[in-house]
Amino acid sequence: MRNWNFNLTRTTLLVGGTAALLLAAVPLQAQRGGGRAAPPNAKASAPIDLTGYWVSVITEDWRYRMVTPTKGDYQSVPMTQESRRIADMWDPAKDEASGNQCKSYGAPALWRVPGRVHITWKDDETLQAEVDTGTQTRLFHFGDWKPAGGEASWQGDSVATWEGRGAGRGGAGGGPGGPGGPPRSGSLKVVTTHLKSGYLRKNGVPYSEDANLTEYYDMAKEKNGDQWMVITVVVTDPKYLTQPFVVSSQFKKQADATGWDPTPCSSRW
Amino acid sequence: MNRTHIIRIIQSCILTAAAVPAFAQIDLSGSWQSINHEDALERGGGPYTVDYAGLPFTENGRARALSYSQSQLSMPERICAFYTQFHMLLGPFGLKIWNETEPLNGRTIAWKIGAWEDKDTTTIWMDGRPHPSKYAPHEKAGFTTGEWDGDTLTTYTTHMPAGYIRRNGSPSSDQATMTLHFFRHGDLLTMVGILEDPVNLSEPYIISRSYQSSTNMGPTAAAPCIVGDEGPKEGEVPHFAPGKNPNVDELTKLYGIPPEAALGGAETMYPDFRKKIKDKFVLPPKCTENCGGPRGGGGAAAGGPGAAPPPPPPPR
Repeated sequence: MRNWNFNLTRTTLLVGGTAALLLAAVPLQAQRGGGRAAPPNAKASAPIDLTGYWVSVITEDWRYRMVTPTKGDYQSVPMTQESRRIADMWDPAKDEASGNQCKSYGAPALWRVPGRVHITWKDDETLQAEVDTGTQTRLFHFGDWKPAGGEASWQGDSVATWEGRGAGRGGAGGGPGGPGGPPRSGSLKVVTTHLKSGYLRKNGVPYSEDANLTEYYDMAKEKNGDQWMVITVVVTDPKYLTQPFVVSSQFKKQADATGWDPTPCSSRW
Repeated sequence: MNRTHIIRIIQSCILTAAAVPAFAQIDLSGSWQSINHEDALERGGGPYTVDYAGLPFTENGRARALSYSQSQLSMPERICAFYTQFHMLLGPFGLKIWNETEPLNGRTIAWKIGAWEDKDTTTIWMDGRPHPSKYAPHEKAGFTTGEWDGDTLTTYTTHMPAGYIRRNGSPSSDQATMTLHFFRHGDLLTMVGILEDPVNLSEPYIISRSYQSSTNMGPTAAAPCIVGDEGPKEGEVPHFAPGKNPNVDELTKLYGIPPEAALGGAETMYPDFRKKIKDKFVLPPKCTENCGGPRGGGGAAAGGPGAAPPPPPPPR
């Protein structure tokens, strides 16, 4: 009897341990695309699905976003003295005359602009975010993408990575985990450089061509079915900011393109 | 070793491996400094008296807000009234977060968020306990449960008393509930809160804000409040009668914001509302109050980590 117990112990521990290891290894195998050699692309490895139409919900900084802020109204922006000097010279007519109506629609300020966003996969390694107000387009490049160089732009050069425990396991973008697969979570991190100087607020609060932008895109689903995308934006600018400028903006998922209304940039509204 | 022991060992091995995602969580503990780069007035001296823009008020909520007088806080009955847990999203303070563990296995049974001078400690129960009966008392702390969705902590709060969702008397009822999501990105913590109130709000009201990890100790306790006599007559509740609130055009005078926007409502949260007010908006020539800037309340002095909140608006 003692021998039987000993044998059972060894055998069952071996079986149990193997089962545990197999269970623990499931995510690792999923990460490897079910054993296939090629790593999944950005679309296939998306831990969250940001695609679709989103509408901004303006419950914060209302007077700086829904209407044009008054000249000299700079509250809560960590401006340098030089920044203030520049902002005090804000002249929308001058911006119009020089073809710079889009100065307040650059990447550092874009998510504060009330409007709708349409996010799609341009290709397997590029996420595209179109914004109707101001008719702007941002491209988030995954993988080993390298910028082409050339002139700085309102939306700059953006490099994207998935972050979090679910990153790389695939699913939301149509990969192995797929709809109905195991639960995933994670977020999108985007770092943007090579920006053309513009405004953090429409009333001329400036950011310079030296500004950099780091963004985190998170999602939450509520019990009532609402889906939210929350974008936390960190702007650094050695020229015009005394410290990183951090704001977060929220967007509600829409079922379709209702309300989508592309309009040109405006210096005054 | 008998068969029962062996079977338990096997079950334990399998359950341990299978349960890893369920217990997976990130560490939220520590002190978090509030980054006040948005809603500066709300997080500082308080909003304008009739600034309900972006609030999805019902008619009931708006009517109650318009009747509110700040002098109510001088009444002995209300002088020590704390704010509800929703104040976490709107007040000026940082967060001190820690976890309480089960002594036998070290598992987190609750997350705690320290009190402020006007907000009670938050206890987020993580052990799966149910919310109390709807007839249970409503306390300032409310009752909160939480669960992890990957790296995101999601909490749900019920049993809050009636209170305010802006410090200008915008009301919340005792039927209000709050959902919070905590997203941590390195030293940055973004907290998203959604308040639902069938009495005063026609839609969920969402607020997000960010915090920076800090070595400065965050707030952990509320200072004791002592009831005193600040002058209001006994038996009287300071208020404005319907149609008599003298501050309804304040945002219009200062910032050109049309009164219909200042009075709030769900439509004021959405971009399409801009089309409605575009022709009514008149841009004032210059900012005259609460303008911020490097020498005022809006520069670094009113901004991020370690910064003091901006100065309160002048008495009105």
